[in-house]
Amino acid sequence: MEKTQILVVGRHPEILATVVRLVNNNPNWNATGCLSDEEAIAAFSTRDFKLVLLGGGVDEISEYKLNEYFCAEKPSIKIVQHFGGGSGLLSAEIFEALGS
Amino acid sequence: MAQTILHKANTRGHADHGWLHSYQSFSFAGYYNPQRMNFGALRVLNDDTVDPGMGFGKHPHDNMEIISIPLEGDLEHKDSMNNVAVIKNGDIQAMSAGTGIFHSEYNFDRTSEVKFLQIWIYPNKRNVEPRYDQISLNLEDRHNKLQQVLSPSPDDAGVWIHQDAWFHLGKFDKGVSTEYSIKKEGNGVYTFVLSGEVIINGETLNSRDALGIWDTDKFTVEAGTDSEFLLIDVPMKF
Repeated sequence: MEKTQILVVGRHPEILATVVRLVNNNPNWNATGCLSDEEAIAAFSTRDFKLVLLGGGVDEISEYKLNEYFCAEKPSIKIVQHFGGGSGLLSAEIFEALGS
Repeated sequence: MAQTILHKANTRGHADHGWLHSYQSFSFAGYYNPQRMNFGALRVLNDDTVDPGMGFGKHPHDNMEIISIPLEGDLEHKDSMNNVAVIKNGDIQAMSAGTGIFHSEYNFDRTSEVKFLQIWIYPNKRNVEPRYDQISLNLEDRHNKLQQVLSPSPDDAGVWIHQDAWFHLGKFDKGVSTEYSIKKEGNGVYTFVLSGEVIINGETLNSRDALGIWDTDKFTVEAGTDSEFLLIDVPMKF
């Protein structure tokens, strides 16, 4: 089964690494982590992402910019704010966003 | 007209990690129930029991208001802001994770379990500077009256968080009742019974049952037996 590709954007390197690790604990998901907007925009075309998680430190300006870019590139993309930083909320957030 | 939702204790999620028994009112970690995602800004209410000397190792959080209320035993807290503290029954701890924080929570006692409530509230502002606070409460101040233990204001009673939320604890003798006025228009209240029997809006709640109530500005809480309970007043839209 093909893994669901998830792009994670966050500014805190250790928290981003934790979120990526926790997402990848699910054998059906694969996470790509990016610390900057530029990195995220560049990564977006490299895989068939279904979901973008905007994590800690991503301010409103970046959020607006990333939303605009991702939605223009792929209108079906789901973009959600991730709260909690690699916490017990992560799986439920992803399930909710993917409608599964 | 008031809207309500009843969450009986036995409908909560349960995780048994050996050293940790966690009863989860809302979806958390391996427990996912789309009908149990949150009550307004209240996202997590975990009723945790941790074995002696065991606990949650160092782990990160961001953008969440995290409140711990010990019910029995001693909980040792350490975090990346160099806070080291032990909290016990009668204390309350609040942490704004904001841009990012690492912390650990361990049962400080080597012989007894620690029982505590872990409550997470969505913040009303993202990426705030992380902060930690804990206070000791006077247990007598909740006997047959409501004791405010959390608010949105540093100048008000209890700890404070980045959300228009208020927590009250009550320890009522049988037959005592009080009217609670919801603190802010658009807020609702999630009442969680710690012990005994509590009656709200004609609904009888037993230990660890919960009732959410909204679209009203006040309601009456009555102790059907000697009881203890927590009122969590949070925005329903945030």
